[in-house]
Amino acid sequence: MVDFAGWEMPVQYVGLRAEHDAVRDAAGLFDVSHMGQVETVGPDALAFLQRVLSNDVAKVAVGGAQYSVLCREDGGVLDDLFTYRLAADRYLTVTNAANHLKDLGWMREQAAGFEVELTDRLDDYAMLALQGPRARELAAPLAVEPLPARMTALDTEFAGAPALVCGTGYTGEDGLELLVAPADATAVWDSLLAAGAVPAGLGARDTLRLEACFHLYGNELSEERDPITAGLGWCCKEETGFIGAERAAAVREAGAAEKLVAFTLAEGIARAGNPVLGGGVVTSGSMSPSLGVGVGMAFVPAACGGPGTPIEIDVRGRIRAGEIVSKPLYRPEER
Amino acid sequence: MAEPSYPDDLLYNAEHDWARVEGAEATFGITWYAQEQLGEIVFWDGAEVGAAVTMGANYTELESVKAVSEVIAPLSGTVLAVNDTVLQDPAKVNESPYEDGWLVRVTLTAPDEVARLLSPAAYRELIG
Repeated sequence: MVDFAGWEMPVQYVGLRAEHDAVRDAAGLFDVSHMGQVETVGPDALAFLQRVLSNDVAKVAVGGAQYSVLCREDGGVLDDLFTYRLAADRYLTVTNAANHLKDLGWMREQAAGFEVELTDRLDDYAMLALQGPRARELAAPLAVEPLPARMTALDTEFAGAPALVCGTGYTGEDGLELLVAPADATAVWDSLLAAGAVPAGLGARDTLRLEACFHLYGNELSEERDPITAGLGWCCKEETGFIGAERAAAVREAGAAEKLVAFTLAEGIARAGNPVLGGGVVTSGSMSPSLGVGVGMAFVPAACGGPGTPIEIDVRGRIRAGEIVSKPLYRPEER
Repeated sequence: MAEPSYPDDLLYNAEHDWARVEGAEATFGITWYAQEQLGEIVFWDGAEVGAAVTMGANYTELESVKAVSEVIAPLSGTVLAVNDTVLQDPAKVNESPYEDGWLVRVTLTAPDEVARLLSPAAYRELIG
C-alpha cells in the first residue's frame, strides 16, 4: 500500500504484470475511489461549465460524457476531467485526487454571477473501474438494464446497489466505471470479483494508461503548460470562450514551441525527468508489459520529426537510443 | 521462488544483498526479501568487468516495471564476471535469487570486511 494524496492505495495485488495482462486479455477491477467528484446543479449549469471547461459542453446530451481540461486565464492546466451530464441542469465532474480541492476552490471562485450550486461529492461516491475486453460480459449479469455505450452514463442499479454506470476508463480498453455509495462499494467489488474480474492496482493502471498514451496530471499536464502544447488541442474549443481560450487560440495560431511524443527504446528504460538529447524531457517512462520494451512520452522541440525519428535519452548518464512512434503506443486491436 | 529463504552458506548486509565468499573471491546477489520488495525485475544493465566496487556503495541498478533500485556491494572488490543469464533474463533474480540469479563475481580487495557482514541468523532477525 502507498499513500497517494492522502489515500492508502495498493500499487499491486498479485503482481503488476499479471494485473496489466488481465486488463488487456480479460477484465481487471480497480478501486479508484480517490477520484473526486463535483456536482454542478442549476439553471446556469451548462453556461457555467462552458466557461470553466475547455471542451464544448453544449455537445453533451443527457446521459453523455466528455473529457476536458480546467485552465487558468494564462492557459496553465489545473486538471483534466471527465464530466457526465446526469440531467438537463445537473452535471457530475470527476477530478484527480491531488487536485480535487484546488479544482473545487477554482470553480467556486468562477461561479460568481452564475445561477449554479457546486457540491463537493467526494465523500458520497466510491468509484470502481472494470476494464478489459471481457468487462461488459462479466458485468452484464449484475445489471438490471443494458449497460451504457462508450462515453455515456446511466443512473441505474448495479449488483443490487444504486449506481452511476459509465462507459469510460483510463486503460485503452473497453470497460465501465461505477460510481456507488461508499457503503455499497465492498459488495459491488466482491460481486465483480466473483464474476471473474482480477483486482488491479495503481501500478498496472499507470502502465496501461501510458501504453494508451493518456495524459497523467503531474506528468504530461501541469500549470506550467497550456493544453495545446500539452497535446490536448482536440478537447479545447476556443469558440466557447472558456477561461484560457485566448491563450489556447494564441498558441494554436503561433504554433506551440514543444510537442508531446511517444517513444520506444531499443534497450533500457527511461523514467520521468530524464533529459532528451537535443532538448526536451521524458514525462512518463516504464517498461511496457504489452510491448516488452521501454516506452514513454516526452516533450520535445516542435521542430523534432514525427514517427520514425530517432530519439536519444540520457538515462542517469547512459544514452539510450530509440525512436519516436505514433500514439497510442498500444492499440487493443493489435493483439 | 515462492517461499522466503536465507541460505546458511551466505553472508548478508542490511541493504538486502548477499555474498558467497570462496577464498579470495565472492559472488554477490540480492536476497529473497529484496526481490520480493522489487517485484518482477525486467531490466538489468550489468556491471563492467574490471570495475572496482566498494562495500556499502551502489555498484549496479535493477529495474522493475515501475522503479529503479540501487544495488549495494556487500564487500569491496574488483568485478571478475557478470552473470550473462541475468542480463538475458532479468526475472532469474526473482526465480532463483541465490543460484541462477547471482549478479557479479568479484576478487576481494579488503577480505577483512567479511567480519562486518551479517550472519544468516542476524539477517533473518533484521527482516523479522
